[in-house]
Amino acid sequence: MAKTLFQKVWDAHAVRRLPNGQTQLFIGTHLIHEVTSPQAFGMIRDLGLKVKYPHRTFATVDHIVPTNELKEPYSDPIAQEMIEALRKNTKDYGIRFFDTNTGNQGIVHMVGPEQGITQPGTTIACGDSHTATHGAFGAIAFGIGTTQVRDVLATQTLALSPLKVRRIEVNGRLAPGVYAKDVILHIIRVLGVNGGIGYAYEYAGTTFDNFSLEERMTVCNMAIEGGARCGYVNPDQKTFDYIKGKPYAPKGADWDAAVARWKSFASDPGCQYDDIKVFKAEDIRPTVTWGITPGQAVFIDEKMPALETLSPADRQTAEDAYAHMKLAPDTPIKGTKVDVCFLGSCTNGRISDLREAAKYLKGHKVSDGVKAIVVPGSQLTAIQAVHEGLDKVFTEAGFEWRGAGCSMCLAMNPDKLVGDQLCASSSNRNFKGRQGSQTGRTVLMSPIMVVAAAITGQVADAREVFKV
Amino acid sequence: MSLAKITQVKALALAVPGDDIDTDRIIPARFLRCVTFDGLGEHAFRDERTGPDGKDRPHPMNSTQAARIAAAKKGVMVVGFNFGCGSSREHAPQSIWRFGFTAIVGGSFAEIFFGNSTALGVPCVTLAKEDLAECDAFVRANPDVEVAVDVEKLTVSAGARSWKAGIPASARDSLVNGKWDPIADLLDGAAAVDRTAGGLAYVEGK
Repeated sequence: MAKTLFQKVWDAHAVRRLPNGQTQLFIGTHLIHEVTSPQAFGMIRDLGLKVKYPHRTFATVDHIVPTNELKEPYSDPIAQEMIEALRKNTKDYGIRFFDTNTGNQGIVHMVGPEQGITQPGTTIACGDSHTATHGAFGAIAFGIGTTQVRDVLATQTLALSPLKVRRIEVNGRLAPGVYAKDVILHIIRVLGVNGGIGYAYEYAGTTFDNFSLEERMTVCNMAIEGGARCGYVNPDQKTFDYIKGKPYAPKGADWDAAVARWKSFASDPGCQYDDIKVFKAEDIRPTVTWGITPGQAVFIDEKMPALETLSPADRQTAEDAYAHMKLAPDTPIKGTKVDVCFLGSCTNGRISDLREAAKYLKGHKVSDGVKAIVVPGSQLTAIQAVHEGLDKVFTEAGFEWRGAGCSMCLAMNPDKLVGDQLCASSSNRNFKGRQGSQTGRTVLMSPIMVVAAAITGQVADAREVFKV
Repeated sequence: MSLAKITQVKALALAVPGDDIDTDRIIPARFLRCVTFDGLGEHAFRDERTGPDGKDRPHPMNSTQAARIAAAKKGVMVVGFNFGCGSSREHAPQSIWRFGFTAIVGGSFAEIFFGNSTALGVPCVTLAKEDLAECDAFVRANPDVEVAVDVEKLTVSAGARSWKAGIPASARDSLVNGKWDPIADLLDGAAAVDRTAGGLAYVEGK
């Protein structure tokens, strides 16, 4: 019978049926970081358990690391305590740790792909909701809570129920100035922030076929913002080419066997989906959020919605959003003054994002009064960017060039908004208070739109600013 | 491991309205800067409850009803749709539970939040939209009446009112049988886990 990738991966990893009807599912790759793992290790110790397969867990540090301070001890004692807890836990249990001194540290969702740990047809879990990023490689990857981190450490399995599969097809060529980020913001806008509850999203169509792995990662990354716990793209030659030669990629004869195995996981022609949605690439324009959920978004050349056009439930959330954002319904968002620009995160902190941003930034200056920071998602990305001279492009334009980490996406380190600053951000969440100030305001957009905002000091249409 | 069988939670209730309440709003990220879950209860909904000036804002979690629930260490939170969306942080249900809530009634729940709550023994049950509106209105009008969340019979009832509740069958089974923490069942499968792992070519890689 024809099956989806989700079903094949699920079946291959199903250990047994649990008494409550759920499946005990084998987790092939477990990724951990400093924020959601310490309590899990505490539970392991309290219960007298062991880590069952220490070589299937990989650790890095990303959320709390300062990006403008490389020497330890960090001036933030809590950050120091958290990184040391992870060092101790990984050492005690024999878990590989991509620490800050390895040159391989970074946002956990960048480290997996960079190291070749992220592979098609695998199950990947991490105590972080953006784990869906790894689905770009044809893995079933999803976020879990800390108690579940304990479950994976102790048993390499989780108790789960299968998801339905919704195929989201996007066909055609994106217009100049339109990027993967716009695609996912548009999908979330149309299907809603809760539209994906109960589903895995299979992204497909010619637009995805043409996307690089990094673009696929941007889209898969934000599946959770649409309510879907995981999103994936079927593996193809681009996937295999990306993995080949990475440190943890199979080598020699193992490589050919692995590619054959990976190919076999792709969804079969004629398989049944629980739902199918189809989009046209040419309908998508540069998209920005105006509210406090990622679904509250408009094309840059549209007005924000008038309240009376919204359903009663949406209207309530929108009123709350307009009050928080200090924006007015039925007006353009273009031209809104920007205080801070943040380029980075597991959504858009990869080398292709930095290259594209630098390409348009070159020869321009950050507008007076705008604080602009660029935070490469990983040390390897930072090294590559420096090698290409991108750091100079950013600093000459007036951006601050920082060390690798999550930074201002969630502001667990010193990178925070102040007061009601408005941030043009390439990250994934515009929730109230997300960027470290209770009254701070976030407008999500693509990297090139962040650059356009930095130069003009306002929410701008990059297509006009750069004549693309 | 012996766990309580959670068939029914009967307690005072508090309505915390709004759809798409994300886990950043339930527990802001700065409170994740910790290596234990201790003390999270007092910070549940911190930035919703407290203004930038440090003063209390009008919010249900600042009410005397919330204080009664905190003192009793049991309570029912009545919420909207897509509650607990966003970050997977277990700190969110931990903070609600440590504040004193032992069950949540809503229109729908984000999946990771739902799983995290169930593993704490906090049932999250859903009501149909109209029923949820009635329940919400009842709770506001009758703060002294206890609300019963019956996980076994799948009802939410208060006073003379009763509404049909939903919860996935597996979660219901786990709660009513005292097996909501899955670790014992997962450990039981250790031999089968090794067999599955043995059949997965990538597992023994580098």
